Amino acid sequence: MLRFSRSKIIATVAIIVIGLLLAVPSTMNREQRQAFLNAVPSWVPSWLVPSRAIVLGLDLQGGSHVLLEVDAQDLMRTQVTTLRDDVRRILRDTRVSSQNGIQTVQRGVQIRVPEAADRDRLLPRLRELAQPTGNAILGQAGGNTIDINTTPDGVITLTYSEIGTTERVRRAVDQSIEVIRRRIDSTGTTEPSIQRQGADRVLVQVPGLQDPQQLKALLGETGNLEFRLLAQAGATDVDMLPMQDAGGQRVPVERRIIAEGGDLTDAQPAFDTQTNQPIVNFRFNIRGAQRFGQATTENLGRQLAIVLDNQVISAPTIQSPITGGSGQISGSFTVEQVNNLAVLLRSGALPAKLTIVEERTVGPGLGRDSIQAGKMATYVAGIFVIIFMFVTYGLFGLFANIALLVHVGLIFGLMSVLEATLTLPGIAGIVLTIGTAVDSNVLIYERIREEVRAGRSIVSGIQAGFDRAFATIVDSNSTMAIAAVILFFLGSGPVRGFAVVFILGILTTVLTAVTLTRMMIALWYHWMRPKVLPF
Amino acid sequence: MRLVRLWPENSHFDFMRFRRFSFPLSAVISILTAVMLLTGGLNFGIDFRGGTLMEIQAKSGQANVGQIRQTAEGFGFGDVEVQEFGTAGEVSLRFPIQEGGEAAQASVVQKARDTFGTDYEFRRVETVGPRVSGELVQSGTIGVVLSVIAVLFYLWFRFERELAVASIIGTLHDIVLTIGFFVITGHEFNMTSIAAILTIVGYSLNETVVVFDRTRELMRRYKTMPAEELLNLSINHTMSRTVMTAATTALSLLALVLFGGQAIQGFAQVMLYGVVICTYSAICISSPMLIYIGLRGSESVKVPEGRAAAAE
Repeated sequence: MLRFSRSKIIATVAIIVIGLLLAVPSTMNREQRQAFLNAVPSWVPSWLVPSRAIVLGLDLQGGSHVLLEVDAQDLMRTQVTTLRDDVRRILRDTRVSSQNGIQTVQRGVQIRVPEAADRDRLLPRLRELAQPTGNAILGQAGGNTIDINTTPDGVITLTYSEIGTTERVRRAVDQSIEVIRRRIDSTGTTEPSIQRQGADRVLVQVPGLQDPQQLKALLGETGNLEFRLLAQAGATDVDMLPMQDAGGQRVPVERRIIAEGGDLTDAQPAFDTQTNQPIVNFRFNIRGAQRFGQATTENLGRQLAIVLDNQVISAPTIQSPITGGSGQISGSFTVEQVNNLAVLLRSGALPAKLTIVEERTVGPGLGRDSIQAGKMATYVAGIFVIIFMFVTYGLFGLFANIALLVHVGLIFGLMSVLEATLTLPGIAGIVLTIGTAVDSNVLIYERIREEVRAGRSIVSGIQAGFDRAFATIVDSNSTMAIAAVILFFLGSGPVRGFAVVFILGILTTVLTAVTLTRMMIALWYHWMRPKVLPF
Repeated sequence: MRLVRLWPENSHFDFMRFRRFSFPLSAVISILTAVMLLTGGLNFGIDFRGGTLMEIQAKSGQANVGQIRQTAEGFGFGDVEVQEFGTAGEVSLRFPIQEGGEAAQASVVQKARDTFGTDYEFRRVETVGPRVSGELVQSGTIGVVLSVIAVLFYLWFRFERELAVASIIGTLHDIVLTIGFFVITGHEFNMTSIAAILTIVGYSLNETVVVFDRTRELMRRYKTMPAEELLNLSINHTMSRTVMTAATTALSLLALVLFGGQAIQGFAQVMLYGVVICTYSAICISSPMLIYIGLRGSESVKVPEGRAAAAE
């Protein structure tokens, strides 16, 4: 009857003390936390020292949240261009010619080779283009990246398959994350978080960033640099590209690429020693240096075209062969522009254009105000509920209040250990759980009162109250948990923060409102031996 | 010390009688909600509608709303909603979604920053493109539907069929009335509102479950008691707990409404309303519903002719 064994008391208290200790680092700021960790004697194993802390969401600490999407159409366009170049190369190598050239079709290209003998020579080479997808080692079956169809009259169609396309988008997202990380790191931004989201998106979160304009400028450019030659009159294989600062005027540029961004080993912003204009100095790798040297030797006096993201940014005349492997890009740039350009070149090109599909920025002032308001609301709610419970249940209300405080402490402890993110809706969740956490206590107390009124002794009344109320507590918390779990999987960012708090709150309430309260009541009973209920 | 009792001990209140008022009342509000939803619709926030929201604060502490409105309308980005809130010169601007896909939205922010940046501090800037807003609508709807299905399964396993049906009716009732709150007050409906609705689903069920747990217990004890009497007894037994929990929850939500700051106020107001609705529906909708559904399966409880007619 109403017994609480010594080992059970120790276990309960131990769990609670550990839980509360875990919350300690979250009550300190960064410097205090570091000082605290340094103050711990070195013989204490590090896993014994609580060091993890709650992360404040961007809505509380201020910062920028930018959701980017890989432009799948742009990616496909690039892919088809590559495919066309490959097909052209193979046609040349096998000396097969296609009637009416290489046609671009939906997601691929089409050629027409009526001679069966030609096709027999051509097809094995074309098939090499199609790579298998899936993981051969794990035995996962996958199709090919490229489907090749041949009709009897000699029309050969190469198209990217559905699998090939998704595979390509997935890889593009991975590459983009790497490039974005390099770009953001080189601006000296602290603690950016860059994550994949869904199939084709990248979420960039930068705490403390007030105006994401520079960030967006940095991520808005593909950064695809090519060194080509301005075409001479009468040339056929040319692209008409816009010239920077020429009022949208387009110039013919040869399709052949001498060297590209991937051939650079370094790029730095600098000033031209003669004109004092901002420029970018760059250095080629061996392959790039060789090709660049050869091209500049052969084409003395012609104009080079430095093309960035399909725009000619500079077209210097080749005065002398450049064989040293380094050079400079000059144009009408501002200092900020050359800084960004150098970052773009150093970090490599994005595989495809990124589009900003969502942006949320919170200034540090609003964040501070929100924390302030959240604290205030939490304290007031706590005081309201504590007073209310005390005037209703007296001593038992006090027990419930202790359990309530432990409950909130444990939520913070669990969130610290999980390094969960506390958001403004999360704070709302904490305030709401203050109201709902005492529900379990209320259920138990009302039941006890009822049982005692029905003629039970105080001990058996308390016992029966706990036992009978427990089924209801499980039911009512499960129903709350269902809604919270769905919210967790569905929501993003701040709303998810609310769900986390709510789920943790449901878990800890069972420990505090049931086990801890029961222990306190059992101890109280053994010490005081009361004859009547105190409420 | 004399302790406070919100609800008298040993009450014998005839709650079932309320259905004569509560059923028509809820029906009228539900129909009104449906009509207003079809004619006017919800006041969607940028989460669901797309567009740009900005909250700026005057550095001088005194905002010139009229001037901001005039300037912002001159941008040519469509209808701008300009609203002052708070006491320290805070103004919110809401621009509609711009034609021209995802990239077009960025120009709104740039223009506003260039124009107001010197006199105002940008406290919050949110831009949601058309694709993301579409997805948020989708996931919000899926969430509410999923939660109802999940709850249905839970109740199916945990309770008898009749009790499960009655509680799901109560939960649906609470969802409809919460949406009614949004359409009638014109409160902004965004992702946080979905969080509020899901929390209300949880709370609603919680309330019903507490009463029905007792109903089930009493059914086993009093095998022949008529449904109406049994339900009245269940509610009277659990009423002191219902009142207590509603009070503590309402108190903490009140703290949020009063001190939680502008960003969280909307959520707290909806939740506060939700607590009232859920308590009401557990007592006046789900429980009396059982009189009509029948408490004990095939052995349905007979309702006296006169009362049934009066209830309709």
